[in-house]
Amino acid sequence: MSKNDNNLRGVFINGIFNENPIFRLVLGTCPTLAVTTSAMNGIGMGAAATFVLIGSNVVISLIRSFIPNKVRIPAFIVVICTFVTMVQMLMQAYLPALYDSLGIFIPLIVVNCLILARAEAFAAKNNVVRSAVDGVGMGLGFTLSLTLIGIIREIIGAGTLFGNQLMGSGYEPMLLLVLAPGGFIVYGLLLGIINAIGERRKKNSKEVTSA
Amino acid sequence: MRLSEVGILLFMVDCILCNNYIFSRFLGCCPFLGVSSKVETSIGMGLAVTFVMGLASLFTWAVHEYVLMPLNLTYLNTIAFIFIIASLVQFVEMFMKKSLPALYSALGIYLPLITTNCAVLGAALLNIQSSYGLLESVLNGVFGALGFMLAIVIMAGVRERLESSDIPLPFKGFSISLVIAGMMSVAFLGFKGLV
Amino acid sequence: MKLRVSHGPHLFTRETTQTLMLNVLIALMPATLVGIYLFGTKAALVIAVSVVSSVLFELVWQLLMKKRVTVMDLSAAVTGLLLGLNLPCNVPLWMPVLGSAIAILLVKQLFGGLGHNFMNPALFARAVLLASWPLHMTTYHLPERLLFGSETALSGVDTVASATPLLSLGKLTNTDLLIGNIPGSIGEVCKVAIIIGFVYLMFTKTITWHVPVTFIGTVIIMSYLIGVDGIKAVLTGGVLFGAVFMATDYVTNPMYRLGQCIFGVMCGIIVVVIRKYGGYPEGVTYAIIFMNCLSPLIDRYSKKKIYGEVKKSV
Repeated sequence: MSKNDNNLRGVFINGIFNENPIFRLVLGTCPTLAVTTSAMNGIGMGAAATFVLIGSNVVISLIRSFIPNKVRIPAFIVVICTFVTMVQMLMQAYLPALYDSLGIFIPLIVVNCLILARAEAFAAKNNVVRSAVDGVGMGLGFTLSLTLIGIIREIIGAGTLFGNQLMGSGYEPMLLLVLAPGGFIVYGLLLGIINAIGERRKKNSKEVTSA
Repeated sequence: MRLSEVGILLFMVDCILCNNYIFSRFLGCCPFLGVSSKVETSIGMGLAVTFVMGLASLFTWAVHEYVLMPLNLTYLNTIAFIFIIASLVQFVEMFMKKSLPALYSALGIYLPLITTNCAVLGAALLNIQSSYGLLESVLNGVFGALGFMLAIVIMAGVRERLESSDIPLPFKGFSISLVIAGMMSVAFLGFKGLV
Repeated sequence: MKLRVSHGPHLFTRETTQTLMLNVLIALMPATLVGIYLFGTKAALVIAVSVVSSVLFELVWQLLMKKRVTVMDLSAAVTGLLLGLNLPCNVPLWMPVLGSAIAILLVKQLFGGLGHNFMNPALFARAVLLASWPLHMTTYHLPERLLFGSETALSGVDTVASATPLLSLGKLTNTDLLIGNIPGSIGEVCKVAIIIGFVYLMFTKTITWHVPVTFIGTVIIMSYLIGVDGIKAVLTGGVLFGAVFMATDYVTNPMYRLGQCIFGVMCGIIVVVIRKYGGYPEGVTYAIIFMNCLSPLIDRYSKKKIYGEVKKSV
């Protein structure tokens, strides 16, 4: 029991740190760049993708034994598409402002490599519970990373956080960060910094074990 | 941007320079970052995308206009489009293999990758969202893809030049590619407001 | 011994880099001095802050990364000076500091230092500042003092919101434009000073004529084609400064003569197109950094033609 527990926790943590979809696997770059102009957009996009990820992981894990290997990819896409359409309709009905600001990137979750990659690499090989936990972990990792990028871009680029004025009135926001180039540069630099931290930690832990 | 208002030349400038699919719309970033290490391969990828994106714009527009709209099924757009694109890619691959083996050997390996290129689905969705007509849709697809090709080819040129550069280790790979893309995106800002 | 393989032109041994950079600094002196004379202490401060912070950023990075300290090659000083000369005199002083950080750390050192940046550091920094704080970057004050003359067509005007007086300031005489009695960025207003710098650079063989001449020539021809006085088009805004000091950067322009001509012509075309149709009043910065992105491709395709090579592997 406790072993299984640990295992599930491992699956969950994995999505947030070791295999963080944005900073480790570098999957789903387009929405990462496009919607992170504000923290709220980051959370919205993350939540939508998490919903799809959990749903598709669970369903694919349930039906994995019935699907012939040859048509598995189209079958996965149908499942993913169903959930994306659901999210799309739900957001349109209940969060129209957020839906508008995320634009076509909601339907484009269908071709987000992250979702298909998890379906293929995890849900197709694991049971329902593990797949669901993987969906939650990956989704959370995705959401947290998007929000982090969104927070940085919003604070520096607009002087606000979640729409609230954060910096003093003397602060002149660096507009570039909420424009297209800001997405590329902030993401690129964060990726490098996180790599550097990861490498340092690996080196440290190696030194500890060897000592 | 309506074709009838600006004419074909400005429509093209808008798609390629002002609202570049990569540098200002963020569509197709995965292949842009993944397949841009060599100029030759990026030209191949660009041509294959142009081919598929033009055709996909045509077919998705037609299906939306003549099938989904009359049946009031437009909420099925996404699922219908992704299937059109997937089968189109498959069909193009088979057709090329049989009839145009030379072209197939050049572009064949890129074709399967295009199904999940969000620029293709993105263009199809944008066409519907902007209520483009048939000609506008196809041109948007083709010019958008040419903009993608410009982006990926200049990216490959720069990356080839930087191959031997002493880039700090943690920044090698995706990180520096994103920074390069950001810098290019700044250069493309100059074309804003051109159309 | 560690052998370094790097992209050509392989001009960068320590001594030659220093000599080249020193020549560029000397060539920039007339423009710098006239700029300071015209715009006063504010301009001197902007330039000083820009140069000092560029050198410091380079020094700190190299010390932190435990690399060989190369600030004595003067390249950071040149970048800082170019950035300072490209700013209006009335910008707040944190802007040259931030610009230097972007130019030195992001554009140059992150890519491996001198010779590896694919884009002109000072110009990229300027483009970032322009996109982020357009108001600061496009509000130009009239010179405090004038050279050779007590009055310009603009007296009575305090600030002007455009560096390209193509349309709005049409009444300026060519003499005013030549000697710099106009608003603009610190280093770009006095064309005579820039021309002296150009002659010095040509005389010392620091640069060749290809990029500046094709660049400026294209701007003149294109301007006439769209019905604008071509000479005035060159004497306003940053065309001359950009063509002489920014577009001639060895690292970021094409290696071969033919490629350099293509580079210059394309820059000229883009400048005129942006000026006439674009959302920005001036396009020199964007034209040059856009063409910087294309340089590797221009090299790739102009190399063969020059040597008439057919074989692919060289």
